[in-house]
Amino acid sequence: MSNIKYILGSFGDPDEMMHGIDKLQENNIKIHDVYTPMPIHGIEAKLGVKRSRLDIAAFFFGITGTMTMLTGVYLATTVDWPINIGGKTHFALPDFIPITFELTILFCAFGLVGSYYASTHLFPGRAPRVMDLRATDDRFIIAIDAKQNTEHTKIDELLKGAGALEVKHNERKYISYE
Amino acid sequence: MSGHNESILREPLITGKNITYAQITDDILLPVENKPNRAWWIGFIIALCGATLWVVAVSYTFWFGIGSWGLNKTVGWAWDITGFVWWVGIGHAGTLISAVLLLFRQNWRNSINRSAEAMTIFAVICAATYVVSHMGRPWLAYWVLPLPNQFGSLWVNFNSPLVWDMFAISTYFSVSLLFWYTGLLPDIATIRDRAVGMRKKVYTVLSFGWAGNVKTWQRFEAVSLILAGISTPLVLSVHTIVSMDFATSVIPGWHTTIFPPYFVAGAIFSGFAMVLTLLLVARKVLGLENYITMFHIESMNKIIILTGSIVGVAYLTEFFIAWYSGSEYEQYAFINRSTGPYWWAYWMMMTCNVISPQLLWFKKIRTSIAATWILSIVVNIGMWFERFVIIVTSLHRDYLPSSWAMFYPTWVDVSVFVGSIGVFFTLFLLFLRVLPSIAIAEVKLLLKSASEQSKMELIKDGHLDKEQVAEYIESLDKFDSVKQEEYAKI
Repeated sequence: MSNIKYILGSFGDPDEMMHGIDKLQENNIKIHDVYTPMPIHGIEAKLGVKRSRLDIAAFFFGITGTMTMLTGVYLATTVDWPINIGGKTHFALPDFIPITFELTILFCAFGLVGSYYASTHLFPGRAPRVMDLRATDDRFIIAIDAKQNTEHTKIDELLKGAGALEVKHNERKYISYE
Repeated sequence: MSGHNESILREPLITGKNITYAQITDDILLPVENKPNRAWWIGFIIALCGATLWVVAVSYTFWFGIGSWGLNKTVGWAWDITGFVWWVGIGHAGTLISAVLLLFRQNWRNSINRSAEAMTIFAVICAATYVVSHMGRPWLAYWVLPLPNQFGSLWVNFNSPLVWDMFAISTYFSVSLLFWYTGLLPDIATIRDRAVGMRKKVYTVLSFGWAGNVKTWQRFEAVSLILAGISTPLVLSVHTIVSMDFATSVIPGWHTTIFPPYFVAGAIFSGFAMVLTLLLVARKVLGLENYITMFHIESMNKIIILTGSIVGVAYLTEFFIAWYSGSEYEQYAFINRSTGPYWWAYWMMMTCNVISPQLLWFKKIRTSIAATWILSIVVNIGMWFERFVIIVTSLHRDYLPSSWAMFYPTWVDVSVFVGSIGVFFTLFLLFLRVLPSIAIAEVKLLLKSASEQSKMELIKDGHLDKEQVAEYIESLDKFDSVKQEEYAKI
């Protein structure tokens, strides 16, 4: 048994990479992940990445902001320290619409981006899990787990056939780790 | 991506021959990965002098108080709020480009959004410094927040537009920052994977561990779209609320219902002018002519004509309504504006904002870099005068003629304003050195569909309508980064 952990197919063109994914999947070879320098549309369907639920999260964060401001303003202007301004109602809703809107947006944005960072494990100082340094530059990388898929020569041929410029056999999973 | 090509009638968004994904990275990271050139140093030193002037003037204000400004009993608000509104307005173009143009799927935003968003953030910082320095006691700045305190609790006045403004500006700043930084992550990762040593360590921390896998990219796009969706009403609300600082008061010349849309249009107008002022220089100095093309410049000029004309209509409407209202105070405010002691400021505003931008209807002018650059600066001057006219001319002659006065700025007023421009340019020039000035990943998306070379391939292949090809080649005439001889051969 060799020490190869991951096989990387390095493509120079996104369309060829998509072709490579199709080829591998036709041959029942499971793809670990794909690393690209830009978003590629349609790839998530092929790899079975589920639809994002961030929009639902964003909605609820936004509603929380709305409620927070309305409750806070109600408590401040009506319960805690009511001020008589020309006999007008203490809870003058139209006046509070601009700030309620702002807090809705603020909560929504922070909640959304926070959930995104949490769900994709992004935070300052996290060690980058990079398999090929050119994946953020000009290469489109298909990574295949070499332990699960043992027909290495076949994988190499499929990748080359689809147009891979380079096929790497990595003995370490992440080259970015020291 | 594959399967079908973009219409040949659309002008290219990336020009130049032999552009590859690697070439895009190299071109955009050139200023980040190399020592700055002489032009950068000259600009930076001048900007730093301005920033120093700002520090001196603001420190002087803190030490001696607001009395060091030229304000008097009648004109209690002048260059301070003029500068504040001017800067907030400039900030609006960044969000418009990054959010509104994303919702409308305008791909030309991809190569200008990053620097425009950076500009937004720096402009809002400049605006916020005005607010803080106007407080007189900046160490009590947190009093604007509705925090529980030991005076009661005594809350902020939630009915006041100034409190709304605090919420609007701080939300706008933080949401813009999130949007900008999230968009930067893939590009910071690009710098990280090419760097060595200390630089690599720094960019590793800044990149949040970005690796570019499928799920992260897919969620990234979802986040961008939702942020664009919430930023669009946000950007409209911000300048609406800024205008309410005036519109909800009872000062003739201020309490008009036209203010919100008029301020928003003015903000976009001045913001695009500032984007052009900066990018026309940046594209030349950084050699980005292939990414910020004549198409981008022309498109921005078209937005300037549109918003400039909206502003012009607003000026005339204000005048008409002042007459139509039958309110003599309102009528006097406007007659005084255009013919009173500040007539020169009013006509400066009219000329710079309404008359001279109409020159952009001529294709020759809106596709000329020199003319565009000069006009963009003229618009910036005009928009500063707009705020000055609204604020000072409405205040300087109030209901009691005995208290009529003029406003004369002191050296501190002038230095805070000139200095804030220095702060803005210092931040912008530092940004160009440490972060990519163009969204690398987003520009790469355009390479296969909307670049000049891919369209050239299509033409060489044949199968296209001859008339459409002729029209396309003709449209390339205006591009300074395209050589027409190449097309003559085909």
